[in-house]
Amino acid sequence: MFADFDFQVIVEAAPILWRGMLITLLLTAVAIVGGILFGTVLALMRLSRFMVLSVFSGRYVDAFRSTPLILVIFWFYFAVPYVVGRPIGDLYSVLIAFTLFEAAYYCEIIRAGIQSIRQPQVHAGLALGLSQWQTTRSIVLPQAFRNMVPVILTQAIVLFQDTSLVYVVGLKDFLTAADLVATRDNRVLELYLTAAVVYFVLCFISSMWVKRLRRQYAL
Amino acid sequence: MEMKYNWDWSVLLCRLPEDDPTGTSETTFGGTTATAGGAAQTFDTGADCAQPYLDWIVSGLGWTVVVACCAWVITISLGSVIGVSRTVNQPMVRAIATTYVEIFRNIPLLVQMFIWFFVVPELLPEDAGRWVKRELPLPEYWTAIVCLGMYHASRTAEQVRAGIESIPLGQTHAGLATGLTRVQVYRYILLPVSYRIIIPPLTSDFMGIFKNSSVALTIGVMELTAQSRQIAEYTFNIFEAFTVATVLYMMVTLIVVTVMRVVEAKVRIPGTIAMGGG
Repeated sequence: MFADFDFQVIVEAAPILWRGMLITLLLTAVAIVGGILFGTVLALMRLSRFMVLSVFSGRYVDAFRSTPLILVIFWFYFAVPYVVGRPIGDLYSVLIAFTLFEAAYYCEIIRAGIQSIRQPQVHAGLALGLSQWQTTRSIVLPQAFRNMVPVILTQAIVLFQDTSLVYVVGLKDFLTAADLVATRDNRVLELYLTAAVVYFVLCFISSMWVKRLRRQYAL
Repeated sequence: MEMKYNWDWSVLLCRLPEDDPTGTSETTFGGTTATAGGAAQTFDTGADCAQPYLDWIVSGLGWTVVVACCAWVITISLGSVIGVSRTVNQPMVRAIATTYVEIFRNIPLLVQMFIWFFVVPELLPEDAGRWVKRELPLPEYWTAIVCLGMYHASRTAEQVRAGIESIPLGQTHAGLATGLTRVQVYRYILLPVSYRIIIPPLTSDFMGIFKNSSVALTIGVMELTAQSRQIAEYTFNIFEAFTVATVLYMMVTLIVVTVMRVVEAKVRIPGTIAMGGG
């Protein structure tokens, strides 16, 4: 039980865990940035007047949202080398998988944000002589993003937790590093509980911060 | 980009040779049926056909559905209890419920899965721990069900709470004024109304459980994603294996969403915006 809980194991594992955490943070950051950029494109396609674009975007979002993330990770891990014609390494395949997967979720968030902007604002922009694109860029998107910030950040916390799933292809993120040490030193209890505590503290603090932000940002 | 890949869907459809009497009987005939027999034979007993892959897929889908549905039963019952606890007047009860939600929501599912499977049996009293490790049949399946159920209960609790809080306080007061007890107010007014309001988020919670059941493959549950990866590794027909799994996940999603839309329309509360009109 807890009587022989060995803190020394955790102290010695700290450098390995830290390297793992850097991978986890890198994955989270790339997936957030890439996901928001591509998600915005998808959202604009979804709301576009051109049927082809809007149908494509709708199908894309439905496909990714009804597939488990692990299956998506497998798809890219095993299939991308075939498509590209050479191995690209587990880090790149996972980065691509996460970016494309998260884009589907960010697309829905951004679409809701854009649709929360009232139509007369678009008309006002057009009446002032701005083009459709200028109206979107300088009137709709800035306000939409302001409304969306809390939701985007909440999704980012979910994403941060989801990056632990790269364990299934053996990429050495924080959890996989903890798991490696746990099996190597036969210290399952210490390492898994440490991982749980670290994830909990980071996610709990961030979600408290988002909650405060939500109050500040409320229009 | 040139893709060097040989599509071969027949790999997934083939069966073990001894399961297929036509395959063996065809080979004993010569003459006019030779071409048909020959074709059937390569189809049935080709090199890649060492395992009943179709059966693997079917069993994987079965386990995905079983694990998700059992976990959902835990989710909806525990989630309701905790959701209600967060709305009652006792600060102690509320604090416990809030703690539950924060803990289970802020630790990744995979970490929880590992803790349930590897750590919890060690923390149990000796006899119970030994029973879980040695005697409990299919321990990974039970673990996955409990873990998924309790993880998603924290999310469902938030939906239930939001549903209850969305009902105007006047209705509670009216209930109490007519002589109902607090429990009766929940039983006859707050819960029936809030469940009807929160059907859409509950549906997406269920889809979440269904998709997250794939995380159970990390502790050895052979559900759909695990089976499709196994087929991919056995046959190298990765595109076929993962396509089948993806399409099955999409089909189940489509069925659940369609059914829930009908349910939602059936139990819709008259007079709400969702009803349309007035």
